Amino acid sequence: MKKIWVLLGLAAIMLPTLSGCQLKVLDPKGPVAETQAGVIKLSMIVMAFIVLTVVGLYLFMLYKYRASKVGADYKPPHIEGSRVLETIWITIPILIVIFLSIVTVKSTSEVEATPKGYEDQDPLIIYAASSNWKWHFSYPEQNIETVNYVNIPTNRPIEFKLYSYGPITSFWIPQLGGQKYAMSDMVNTLHLLADTPGSYLGRNSNFNGAGFAEMEFETQAMSQKDFDKWVKDVHHTAEKLTEPTFNELLKDGHLGRKTYTGTHLTFRPAPEMHHMKKMDGHQKATEGQHHHE
Amino acid sequence: MKEYFSRFAVPDNGEPMIIASQILIVIVSLGIIVGLTYFKKWKYLWNEWLTTVDHKRIGIMYILSALLMLFRGGVDALLMRAQTSMPENGLLDAQHYNEIFTTHGVIMILFMAMPFIIGLMNVVIPLQIGARDVAFPRLNALSFWLFFFGAMLFNISFVIGGSPDAGWTAYFPLASTEFSESVGMNYYAIAIQIAGIGTLMTGINFIVTILKMRAPGMTLMKMPMFTWSILITNIIIVFAFPVLTVALALMTMDRLFGTQFFTMSNGGMDMLWANLFWVWGHPEVYIVILPAFGIYSEIISTFAKRNLYGYKSMVFSMVAISALSFLVWAHHFYTMGHGAMVNGIFSITTMAIAVPTGVKMFNWLLTLYKGKIEFKTPMLWAMAFIPIFLIGGVTGVMLAMASADYQYHNTMFLVAHFHYVLIPGTVFAVLAGFTYWWPKIFGFSLSEKIGKWSFWFIAISFNVTFFPMFITGLNGQARRMYTYSESTGFGPLNFISFIGALGLAVGFVLIVYNIYWSTRYAPRHVTEDPWDARSLEWATHSPVPAYNFAVTPVVESTQAFWDAKEKGTQLFRGKYEPIHMPSNSGLPFIMGVLFFFFGFCMVFGMWIPSIIFGLAIFACMMYRSFEHDPGYHISVEEIKETEKKYGVNSHENQLA
Ligand code: HEM
Ligand SMILES: [Cu+2]
Repeated sequence: MKKIWVLLGLAAIMLPTLSGCQLKVLDPKGPVAETQAGVIKLSMIVMAFIVLTVVGLYLFMLYKYRASKVGADYKPPHIEGSRVLETIWITIPILIVIFLSIVTVKSTSEVEATPKGYEDQDPLIIYAASSNWKWHFSYPEQNIETVNYVNIPTNRPIEFKLYSYGPITSFWIPQLGGQKYAMSDMVNTLHLLADTPGSYLGRNSNFNGAGFAEMEFETQAMSQKDFDKWVKDVHHTAEKLTEPTFNELLKDGHLGRKTYTGTHLTFRPAPEMHHMKKMDGHQKATEGQHHHE
Repeated sequence: MKEYFSRFAVPDNGEPMIIASQILIVIVSLGIIVGLTYFKKWKYLWNEWLTTVDHKRIGIMYILSALLMLFRGGVDALLMRAQTSMPENGLLDAQHYNEIFTTHGVIMILFMAMPFIIGLMNVVIPLQIGARDVAFPRLNALSFWLFFFGAMLFNISFVIGGSPDAGWTAYFPLASTEFSESVGMNYYAIAIQIAGIGTLMTGINFIVTILKMRAPGMTLMKMPMFTWSILITNIIIVFAFPVLTVALALMTMDRLFGTQFFTMSNGGMDMLWANLFWVWGHPEVYIVILPAFGIYSEIISTFAKRNLYGYKSMVFSMVAISALSFLVWAHHFYTMGHGAMVNGIFSITTMAIAVPTGVKMFNWLLTLYKGKIEFKTPMLWAMAFIPIFLIGGVTGVMLAMASADYQYHNTMFLVAHFHYVLIPGTVFAVLAGFTYWWPKIFGFSLSEKIGKWSFWFIAISFNVTFFPMFITGLNGQARRMYTYSESTGFGPLNFISFIGALGLAVGFVLIVYNIYWSTRYAPRHVTEDPWDARSLEWATHSPVPAYNFAVTPVVESTQAFWDAKEKGTQLFRGKYEPIHMPSNSGLPFIMGVLFFFFGFCMVFGMWIPSIIFGLAIFACMMYRSFEHDPGYHISVEEIKETEKKYGVNSHENQLA
């Protein structure tokens, strides 16, 4: 039986590290996800150390003191405890926790701000609003709105402004960075940045009803040049987003991709700002949707 | 008329599985009624079980109900694993899948883990502290019936009116009438409320029992570790459950009376629900784990033939855990956006819990040191617990790091974490405790052979089922998705999980088979102390007589019974005296039934009958407060008679 535990223990440590390169979260395409992948790998190493120590001790005890080994007339002694040993196994974990706390606090403030080295750039602001069961992306600067896909320039910090026209959702692009909630009564800011062009799957990860599983979107990271070209094309080809069209879009269901000029922010501002205003904006934001008939 | 009754229809009626269950439930209920009548067992059932206030019988009923719920929740789990075993599988549709993971979560935590633990504490605690019953036996019966009828109310949702479908966490506004229109979430709010009131009363009852009813000589620091764990658990219950009570009451008002506490408009705050839920929810996970720590402490020291190492630090670590468990709730929503500062603080408090948990781990390992380890079934569970729970614990610490949690949150990695703590922690522990104390309850042992088979099936299949989830989580698989496309690459690992789930099912069926086999064929009345154990419950007969101990024992150390065996300390000093016992009462059962119908009418917004049932509940309470119930006495004659039947007159002092 011990062997199985050895194997399991080893598998527990090895598998994630070995297959790490292919796993989305451990295959970052931007500095935010990279910081997080770094924290994850570091914590895995620390945890492997803890697991090995404890499992080692455990196997030793099981091997050395099983009844069949110690002999039939062996009588175990009475042992109360040991101050020295107990101090050791309180102190070492405390030191580990302190170390991990420092790592956590540092990395958390890092991912909650514009990525290091890009502070001098103006972030691109994209509003990402969820409704049952789709994502609406508004580019106020470019005056464009898309549904279920988002194009971003590489090497430019992006600030996603998140909110929801319904249940709480969570905006997540694993290869670019961790997630954050989108809620109906406030706007959250998620800092992301892509340093490699490519297509990255994003999704809502917070359960929000029947259409949850399919609530995905594609993130296309492209060079600034390609991005500018795309913006230009949209302004030539796409129709304008009107309030009635937007209300249609909000209705429960799935939609394919859509592209518009203009954004819904002009007639339906996001629920940002401080409390009083927030209530107002929010009421506006929730009017005229969720038709249940 | 038809319109009135249409409310009871399940929204997706016509689903063959639901119709089949409806028919099955009717047939089984009729079968039970006919069977009871045919074998003339109504009276036995009423006198011996439905009206009992005996902690041992109440414990048995808790455990039976918990096993029943384990199978309900287990079927849910199998269906989920089957549905996700392959990409784009069509076994269940989204709505159905959502209902199943919701009921799975609620049932496993609230109607399986909790009652199983409360059942064991009912059976064991009075015996372990040398008491004749709990402090408030009738309240105890009421606790049980409230739990039982709460659970039944929750379970009928899928055949009458529709199952809850917003997750066991019931986040608003998803759980509001705006987004969850069927009565399912009403069932959630009201059934859990009813069971929760029962749990709160259990909390009070056991705190008083442990504080006031210990045998002479048993100071707090001489209590067995299981008793300590239960004391602390119940203190957490008393602090945490009122939060749930309030949260559910607000939810009920939102859903039934149109208030706007958690809704999207008029200043409702969705995150208020999340906060209230986890202020209860995180302590709740410790409510189901601390008793497990207690059970393992007993079992490890029994089968290592050693006293528990570091008794004092075991106690202090539990106290520390219970305090910290109230300071970490926000780690369940780091991603809500409350900034690096708040997240940092909650990360630190969360990781701090790992320190006292680690202390316990080392104490268990050092209890094995210089021991003489016997691998009986309960010990196998305890030994599997250590490495598996360790993985659960260290992944917990990984989740505690806020920046990294942004990547783990809402994924299968999280699902793997909490199953790695809850299953070896709670489920293995209650199975171990069940096997360990079974001979005390029934006077014969469960089969070791079948027990070991079920152990190996469950321990191995558990890892096969849940380990792959760590990997798919890191690969981006969100939890609660009823399906995924092939291109995600989640398929193979999910299929492995499904295979594991089948293995788990086999293991659990073997446990039931073991109960059946041993009840029929196991040798009876082997011994009162089959494991050569250390605490007081083993000092009385098996099965335990109604009065528990003919003479109240006197305690001098943390392992009173061991000292009696080893050093010849006198446990029972004194003569037989008449024993005062509480009398049976039908009132708790009747109140349970009334609560059931009250809850049912509330779920469907049928106000007049709700009010009538509500009044009837109050009438029962009034009746109780004017009732004179002096209990009864068991005479010395009768005690002698009973003791003789056990063929024991070894405790010479008793006969003096
Ligand atoms: C070392 C101790 C532990 C630590 C540091 C820890 C940490 C965490 C964290 C940070 C989360 C939230 C993750 C997220 O939602 O993103 C979590 C979730 C959870 N943990 Fe633990 N945990 C520990 C032990 C336990 C134990 C002992 C249990 C139960 C017996 C438990 C049960 C759960 C459950 C049920 C959830 C999530 C429930 C849900 O979202 O549905 N944890 N844990
Ligand atoms: Cu928690």
